[in-house]
This record gives sequence, C-alpha cells and structure tokens, in this order.
Amino acid sequence: MRIRLFKEFIIEKLIFLSGIASILFVILIFVFLLKEGLSFFKEINLFKFISGKHWYPISEPEQFGILPMILGSLLVTLGAIIFAVPLSIGAAFYISEVAPGKIKDILKAGIEMLAAIPSVVLGFIGMITLVPLVKNVLHLPTGLTAFSGSIMLGLMSMPTIISISEDAINAVPKSYKEGALALGATRWQAMYRVTIYAALPGIIAASMLGIGRVIGETMAVMMITGNAAVIPHTFFQPVRTLTATIAAEMGETVYGSMHYYSLFAIGIILFIITFIINITADMVLHRKHK
Amino acid sequence: MVNPTFRITGLDAFYGNKHVLKNINIDILPNAVTALIGPSGCGKSTFIRSLNRINDLILTFRREGKVCYHNQDIYAKDVDVVELRRRVGMVFQKPNPFPKSIYDNIAYCLKVHGIKDKDKIDATVESSLKKAALWDEVKNSLRQNALTLSGGQQQRLCIARTLAVEPEVILFDEPCSSLDPISTAKIEELIHQLKQSYTLIIVTHNMQQAARVSDFAGFFLLGELIEFDKTDKIFTAPKDKRTEDYITGRFG
Repeated sequence: MRIRLFKEFIIEKLIFLSGIASILFVILIFVFLLKEGLSFFKEINLFKFISGKHWYPISEPEQFGILPMILGSLLVTLGAIIFAVPLSIGAAFYISEVAPGKIKDILKAGIEMLAAIPSVVLGFIGMITLVPLVKNVLHLPTGLTAFSGSIMLGLMSMPTIISISEDAINAVPKSYKEGALALGATRWQAMYRVTIYAALPGIIAASMLGIGRVIGETMAVMMITGNAAVIPHTFFQPVRTLTATIAAEMGETVYGSMHYYSLFAIGIILFIITFIINITADMVLHRKHK
Repeated sequence: MVNPTFRITGLDAFYGNKHVLKNINIDILPNAVTALIGPSGCGKSTFIRSLNRINDLILTFRREGKVCYHNQDIYAKDVDVVELRRRVGMVFQKPNPFPKSIYDNIAYCLKVHGIKDKDKIDATVESSLKKAALWDEVKNSLRQNALTLSGGQQQRLCIARTLAVEPEVILFDEPCSSLDPISTAKIEELIHQLKQSYTLIIVTHNMQQAARVSDFAGFFLLGELIEFDKTDKIFTAPKDKRTEDYITGRFG
C-alpha cells in the first residue's frame, strides 16, 4: 500500500518535471542571455544599438550599430515569405484537395525528406548551385545575395508551412465543401471562398511558424548571403543577418570584451523578434479554437 | 399526365463492392412532395444524393442506370454538373452553414453565381430569409456568425441559402433528424409552403413526418424500392407485406 502510494507520488512528480522542463529551459535561456547581454546596454544606449548604421566591433573607436543586420534579417525573411508562403499554401491545397492517393503519399514523403535535410547541407548545395546561377542569370558581380538566401530559406520553411496548412485544410468539415458544391459552386469557388476561409487561421499560424524558422536560421544564410554588414538597398546585394553575425564572430571574440557582450545583446534582440512572432502565431491559432 | 421532373430507370449504385441501390425505377412529379422512407442504411440517402451528383465526391461511388432530369441524363458526359446542382438544391442532414455571418452565408451563393449588385444581394438575402421563415428572428443580427444560431435556425438558414439560388428541385436529406420537435414543426410547415413553387424530395425515417408532409411516398428496404405510391395509399392500404410491417412499426 505504502509502496504503491510512493510509486504514484514519484511518477506524478516526474511527469510534472517533464511538463515544466521546456518552460524552465526557456526562462533559463532568457535569464542567461539577459545576464550576458544587459551589461552591454549599460555602456551603449539601446536605441543607438538598434539604429546604428555601422558595425565595427573591434576598431578604435568601436561602433556597435546593428541596423544593417536587422534590415538584412528582415529582407531575407521577407523574400523567403514572398517565395515560400504562396507556394506552400498552393502545395497544401494540392495535397489535401486535388492530388490522387498515390501522388499524395509521394508528396508527403518528399516534404518530410525536405524537412530532414540539415540546413548546412542546404547551404552547401545553395552555394554551389544557386549562387552561381543567380550570378550568371542576373549578371550580378556576386551571387551571394539576399535573394539567394531568401530562396534557400524559403525552401527550408516550406515543409513546416505545408504540413501545418494541410492539417488546417483537412480539419475543415467536409460538410462545408458539400454545402458549397450543392449550391452550385464550382470546385474552385468552394475551395477559394469556403475551404480557405475556414482554414485561414491555421494557414496564418503555419506561415508564422515558417517565418519563425527563417528568422532563426543561421548556417545556410551565412553561407549564401555574402555577410556584408551594410544597409541593403536591393534584394540583389550581399547582406548579413543577425544570426550569421553571432555565429561568425563568436569564435573570435575576447571573453568579457564589449564585442563579446554585444553578440549576446544581438541574441536578446533576436529572441524578442522570434518571441513576438511565436506569440502572434499562438494568438491566431487560439482565436480559431474559440 | 404531367411530365415527371425526374425519371429514374434501372438505377444501381455501389460503394466499392457494396451494392447499395438495386434497380430503382421511379418518377418524381413536379410541385409535389415525395417522401422516401425506410430503415437506416437502406439506400435512401444514396438515392437522393445521386440526384444532384453530390455522391461524385465519394471516390468509391459507382452507378449504373439512368437518372433523367427533364429528359436529360444527368450522368451523360456533356452535363454541366455545376448548373445541375444550381437547379437541384440540397439541404443536408446536419445543418452546415458556413462559418461566416448570416448575411454572408446567403450572399455567398449569389456571388458564386456572379451577382455583384449590392442592392440585389440585400433584397435576395431578405426575401430568402422570409421564405425560410427565419427573417423575423435574425433581421437585427444579420452580421452575426451563423454558427451561433440554434440548430433549427441553422437548418432554416441552410434552406434560405438553397432558396437564394432559385432552384427548381430541393432535396432534403433527413432535414429534421438533429432537431427538436418545435424546430421540426417549423421546417415541416415550411416544406408545406414550398410545395407551391418547388419540387421537393425528402428523405426521412420518421413515418409520421412522411405522412404529414408528403404527397407521394416510396419505401426503401435493403437497397430496393419496395413500394411507391400516393402517400395516403402507402399508409392506409400498402400492397406489400414488408411496407405494412414497417409502417405499423413491426421492424425498423
């Protein structure tokens, strides 16, 4: 009797621990980031950090302006969205509404495979195929551009967007579609005005999660976008993203220097951006369930 | 003799290998209510769903035989299914309003058929809701989400939506099976009125309902049409022993 109660108690506590572990990790990560990054903001004004146009962390005098990187990240992300979101939604519709059974299975397997390719491999492939292609086709001085990064990142975010959108489309009751068709709507009208409409919150959330993945991606962008910390004016010039800056410079900083702390400060900014995106996606998803 | 709206000859239907309708022959007359009764799973719904080809959505569905609508075989190759479904409307067993406002549920049907004139849409929304006896209950909340209505109101909205398209025939697939008695009475009253201007076919397993609303009745059993006649004949002097057993409640 007592042993049984003890067992129950242990199991209950273990499950509780697993349950709160992820939240705990997030809090710990955030606290750690703040601890390392906040001391930086004692020296450098936050507004100056965000709006500064020059990133010379080891020059004399050093300058910490991450505006080019913020714009770089946003530009690459925006490009990836424009490329990936419509394509993914189209793919999700094809898979869930149009494709016959066998093609559907093949496509779904393919999408899962795409999700399983490590980003460094995608970056590598992008570097030897996409980058020269962009350079030659568009007659640019270099193919290492925001445009190339957008396409590669778009590819990377597609599996997320497709599979979650497809779930949302499948969750639309069949009776809606039947109702629309019975009223004399064409297949496309039923899809466009009823099914998309009912699945929209899920599709938006899927896109947001895809965007979250794009903003946080590091390896592939670092290899493809050229990493020039200048304010971008077009899609077809090299940019540097927030993530690439951290990854590229962390190994070379002196522990405890301003440069070292500035990278953590970038981490905080990045964390806040992805946090906002995830919260927004969450809110959209929850509105659907109400 | 009036020309039948639907003339069905030798209709057989299958889901995969399952033979669900066996050699159905029936004439559906215009401006009358035809009720189809029978126990669950006897093929009534399959039958009614083959009249507007909504069964085409089910991949394993297959049929043989002819379904003629105004002497035109609706399963012929050159038939415009979209146009067929506009003229042969359908109200489903479970109310299925779209997750939009009451107004948009009806406006959708019009937009689908290319009507963009706002005044015309407003007028049709009002007249369809009036015909479906729902106007007085919702006229102040047309922008409200249709899913917040009660089940009976949702079903009447679905009827209003069907009427907005101005069909000639309306198929009712057990329209009251998920509704309470008061809503059911309202829908039956409505069916009674609609008979003046539409050809109605109603599937039901409520025999009192069939007796109350219909002019003709057909009794289905295990995929066969056992008997088809005027409703009062079916209910007072059925020719077949099985029909009699069913309507007197000995099985089903």
